[in-house]
Amino acid sequence: MIDFNLTDNDQKILDYVRTESLVARKYARHYDENEAEFPPEELEEAKDFPGVWSLMGDRGPEDSGQSVIGMLITMAETWGDYSVRMRKGRGAGLGNAALGASGTEEQRTKWGGLLLSMAITEPGCGSDPSLVQTTAVLDEETNEWVLNGEKIFVTTGCRADGVVLWATLDRSAGRAGIKSFLVEKGTPGFNVSHKEKKLGIRADDTATYVFTDCRIPRENLLGGKEEIPKGGSGGFRGVMKTFNMTRPMTAAFGLGMSQAALDFTREQLEQAGVDLAYGSTGHGLSAAAAKFQRLEALQEAAVLTVCHAAYLSDQGEPNNLEASISKAKGGSAVREVTQGCIELLGPMGASREHLLEKWFRDVRITDIYEGTGQIQNLIIARTILDYDRSQLK
Amino acid sequence: MISFGPSEEQQVVREAMREFAEQVLRPVAREADEESALPDGILDQVWELGLTNTQLPEAFGGGGEARSPITNALILEELAFGDPALAIASTHPSAVAFAINDFGTEEQKEAHLPRFCGDRFAPASLALIEPSPTFDATALQTTVEPKEGGFVLSGRKSFVVLGDRAELFLVLARNAQSAETGFSAVDAFLVPSDTPGLTVSELELNLGMKGLPTVSLDLAQVEVPEEARLGGDRGIDAGRLLAGTRTANAALLTGLCRAVMEYAIPYAKDRHAFGEAIAQKQAIAFMLSNMQIETNSMRWLTWKAAAALESLEDATRPALFAHGYSAEQGMKLADDGLQVLGGHGFIREHPVEMWYRTARTLTVLEGVAAV
Repeated sequence: MIDFNLTDNDQKILDYVRTESLVARKYARHYDENEAEFPPEELEEAKDFPGVWSLMGDRGPEDSGQSVIGMLITMAETWGDYSVRMRKGRGAGLGNAALGASGTEEQRTKWGGLLLSMAITEPGCGSDPSLVQTTAVLDEETNEWVLNGEKIFVTTGCRADGVVLWATLDRSAGRAGIKSFLVEKGTPGFNVSHKEKKLGIRADDTATYVFTDCRIPRENLLGGKEEIPKGGSGGFRGVMKTFNMTRPMTAAFGLGMSQAALDFTREQLEQAGVDLAYGSTGHGLSAAAAKFQRLEALQEAAVLTVCHAAYLSDQGEPNNLEASISKAKGGSAVREVTQGCIELLGPMGASREHLLEKWFRDVRITDIYEGTGQIQNLIIARTILDYDRSQLK
Repeated sequence: MISFGPSEEQQVVREAMREFAEQVLRPVAREADEESALPDGILDQVWELGLTNTQLPEAFGGGGEARSPITNALILEELAFGDPALAIASTHPSAVAFAINDFGTEEQKEAHLPRFCGDRFAPASLALIEPSPTFDATALQTTVEPKEGGFVLSGRKSFVVLGDRAELFLVLARNAQSAETGFSAVDAFLVPSDTPGLTVSELELNLGMKGLPTVSLDLAQVEVPEEARLGGDRGIDAGRLLAGTRTANAALLTGLCRAVMEYAIPYAKDRHAFGEAIAQKQAIAFMLSNMQIETNSMRWLTWKAAAALESLEDATRPALFAHGYSAEQGMKLADDGLQVLGGHGFIREHPVEMWYRTARTLTVLEGVAAV
């Protein structure tokens, strides 16, 4: 049945995560202003907190599904801070999702314990990954793949234990020639070049990787299928499947922060004597209250699209369309919400004395990474129009 | 547990309503608008579906099923997909019946609910809106004052749905002597249409939903007995009543936007310009994808508000969000839908100009339907 109430079990976990994420928030400003430093693996005040996954054990069928609660947990974490989230409980990198979706049973067992980043974007290709220039050439004598190329914007790139890398076996084959490979840190020829300097999520580990004649074992090709399928997109479809959960998750990252912005803005407006009482739709409402409530509704709408995409996943139903809807909606909502919160608080909102200006910077990436809002709209439009890539470019 | 899954029963109702909307409501919607009149027999035809009486108690002749704002929201979306004006006209008595059921005393239920459980359409109207640019449900200008043995109502109401034929009005008024403000000062009164001092206007002429009969009421020192006050000494939970009608409005707008989207998509695929379908151009395709995103968003906000009502929580906030968001997006989507059709969107041969007028009208209303 249709239900939006959290069970006590759901609520207990979210309360816990929020308590923990407030610890992270204390460090948010420091690591924003000191970009070169990495937040610690563990925060002193939180080191005795059990990992959130340990609380997931006694959940039953009456509780929210795993994906749904996962989204809510994510929002509760970034509500504290995006970059100084607790790092206990590994296995949550983007590359881990790709390994889960495309790896063989054996590969999943072998590398599942590593924190894996995902390297797709290159200096000359972002939204259209079929333009990948990084090459993988098989050396049949040694049974090794030889990798060459440069990858940028690699999330958790500095600290990951390894990477799921997209490289092409044959540039002329387009999307069909692209395969994913697992490369462990320390492999000769794999260089972490530098940490990027960014508008927001500055403490976050965003790296550039350079591969120069980097040799990896033949069995490091994810999924193990070496042939290039004729026509169709081959293994590409498999890697795109990864996005069905990471898209709503990415929206959730941003929505946790925009929720923090709303909470802070409410607190400040109320302290300043602005009446935010709910009920009136008329002119009796102050302009500030009307704007604030509009932003809250927008936030709620976006959160619900994320929960919907996750719910479908929990039900084992296809959610490609809904994943893109949640990403497009979330990406645009967090921009508008945080921009609006600063507008509501005026100069105070733009001061670095408060975290609001940081949330405004931090959320901006939401509508860009994991597929820009425009790419999501393309996917949505193709789906509802029943068009393929050639019909709607 | 967060769940977006309607029950099997709700799924069946939803599909039946979808079919009814497509086969019965949509084909007569344009004519109703052009003629500014309801099609003959349409109210009785919808009445036979039992949308009002199913959730009224068996003791009064109802179906005895539990009140379910969620089910009602699903139904309203589907009916509005057919046509919002007809959806509102044919379900409007529920706004009065559900209020009596939810807030009335036993005596009031006994006196009034049986009329909603008969075979024929039972016209009754909720009188909320007032003809003022500063209309605000939390600050009504229609007032009520106590008088020996009863109350006196004074003020003006507009957009009173089915007021031309209603036998019973549920009039919302502000307690003139209350020190309280907001919903807690709002009361509702059961006023038969032949009460002295109550004047029902000619049919109003409106921008959109022209087939929907609405009137103004003039309440000139209308005296009603004590038992006319809904809920007796307790009064009503006006916040909850309004939350119900706001959620209904959001459901209707969701249905309207789906109608716009499902009309614009095939048109855009069919219409060619510069060597390809206009749907193949991102400028058009992205308007359509936005319609999908926002129709979904409106629906989830509506469901969340309906779920809060169903579990008897304070639904003021989610209903306000659903209502406000749907109003904003509903206007935009109807506007975009017309733009996709270009010049044809401006021609009355297609329904989008009608939906454009409907959107601008429906988005500024409340109290015209209930869940």
